[in-house]
Amino acid sequence: MNHDITRASAAELADALGRKEISAVEVTQAHLDRIAAVDGAVHSYLHVDAHGALEAAREVDDRRAAGDDELHVMAGVPIAVKDVMTTKGLPTTCGSRILEGWIPPYDATLVTKLRAAGMPILGKTNMDEFAMGSSTEHSAYGPSRNPWDLDRIPGGSGGGSSSVIASFQAPLAIGTDTGGSIRQPAAVTGTVGTKPTYGGVSRYGLVALASSLDQAGPCARTVLDTALLHAVIGGYDPRDSTSIHAPVPQVVRAAQRADVSGMRIGVVKQLTGEGYQAGVQQRFDEAVALLVDAGAQVVEVDCPNFQYALAAYYLILPSEASSNLAKFDAMRYGLRVGPDGIPDPSAEQVMAASRDAGFGDEVKRRIILGTYALSSGYYDAYYGQAQKVRRLIAQDFDRAFAQADVLVSPTAPTTAFRVGEKLDDVMAMYLNDVATIPANLAGIPGMSVPSGLAPEDGLPTGLQILAPAMADDRLYAVGAALERALHAKWGGPLLANAPELPTAATKEA
Amino acid sequence: MSTLSRDDVAHLASLARIALSDAELDRMCGELDVILDAVATVQQAPTEGVEPMSHPMPLTNVTRPDEVKPSLTAGEALSGAPEAESDRFSVPRILDED
Repeated sequence: MNHDITRASAAELADALGRKEISAVEVTQAHLDRIAAVDGAVHSYLHVDAHGALEAAREVDDRRAAGDDELHVMAGVPIAVKDVMTTKGLPTTCGSRILEGWIPPYDATLVTKLRAAGMPILGKTNMDEFAMGSSTEHSAYGPSRNPWDLDRIPGGSGGGSSSVIASFQAPLAIGTDTGGSIRQPAAVTGTVGTKPTYGGVSRYGLVALASSLDQAGPCARTVLDTALLHAVIGGYDPRDSTSIHAPVPQVVRAAQRADVSGMRIGVVKQLTGEGYQAGVQQRFDEAVALLVDAGAQVVEVDCPNFQYALAAYYLILPSEASSNLAKFDAMRYGLRVGPDGIPDPSAEQVMAASRDAGFGDEVKRRIILGTYALSSGYYDAYYGQAQKVRRLIAQDFDRAFAQADVLVSPTAPTTAFRVGEKLDDVMAMYLNDVATIPANLAGIPGMSVPSGLAPEDGLPTGLQILAPAMADDRLYAVGAALERALHAKWGGPLLANAPELPTAATKEA
Repeated sequence: MSTLSRDDVAHLASLARIALSDAELDRMCGELDVILDAVATVQQAPTEGVEPMSHPMPLTNVTRPDEVKPSLTAGEALSGAPEAESDRFSVPRILDED
């Protein structure tokens, strides 16, 4: 194993823990030390739970010492959880002022599974408010930074979860992906992230943004680690009525085999070329060539309705969000403030004042847009039309998967942009998700894996893999094959090239 | 293309129960117009005869056995309440005074 615990993969840690070469407390403490050293600069975490994580680690060590043979293979491997998943006894803010200080009385199902597996939860990671954004700049608590260049964004909405693993502050993290919030952050930080098939991981305890699009999933530094986490959190949950009643696809085995021989890989015509940064496109083309060397066949597939996907998404998402966020009414939990200058205000006045004070600009924009799209007289022209486009996109995927086993594209059109660069241009910000959105609309699984560094700026680029619903294992087969070929070419993982971060100690000196 | 007037946005904000300030209203009118122009392209898609799709998983009537299961205690349910009284959520007045 790597001598530096925080540089080791989750698989290596699980292995060393199982052989009692290291203890869970050592592993957790090493990450807490790393957090203390670098998170001042990166700002991945909104909340760190040193006490709870060490306690969970100690319990694993005690059980292992007592010869407990029911310990999960991942027991003692610590993890960071996006702040949109409820955690009993730990703050859950969704990056919003309206939930500042809220401590949920229950765990999300996937958090229950992490705890049952003995995985210490290091803390909660930063995000765009209610997962609305592509940069974490819409977090009410300030943006996270990209470990490759601290002046740049780590993607979003899951920029806390991408930067936390890219800066070695956790080996694994939980993300959620409504339009690309796991995959785009993975692409711009040189990490791996999977959006499972819709319904493949329980949404119980995931604070909903758009219920028909939201999907929680794993983030990690390697394809195998991502699969190991996917296997922990996946599976049927009676508490989520849209949860799939079927076994989790064999993702770990697929990642270990890394076999693409004979596989048909479809390049989506509409998701390459124009609009993609030159270096992003170049690394994508090279990666596809490596997959061919590994035995895959390449076909070009046509998805003509993808040109309407972004527009449909930005009607469906705000419509669902305006409904989901109605629960923040200042009555049962969350912020309550009274309107200025009104003595004895009504519940409605308190509600409206609290929502104005508690929500940020992007959230207000989307709620109002969704309210408009759903209002009588406009419903057919906007929301109704968007739902028909959604069907067309699903049909495009059906046709494409008749020709190919998986589809590939660049994950994001550009490398990481500078903090502030796109903040005032709403549509430019929305365009970051142009390649990732179609998968959410159709409910199919997708993954982003590192494809290299763009020659023009030296920043990470990502390749997206898409598969039919419930064929998540194919993502891991292709991702692992590409990772193997690229590591051989680079002589190691991409993140080995990331710059050393300023640490709290060096800053003081 | 559709344009939203300041009054339209104020009305939508009141429907959404958000007390926008004058400055927010001014800013949001222009921003929403830009977004609406972009999303209106869904109207150009070839959707004649296409069934709307509301969800990736066509499910109806998902039921479970009617069994009592452990749930939150009143204290847990009230733990995040801005105000509580006698094991209940305490809210501002809900009726007009006259």
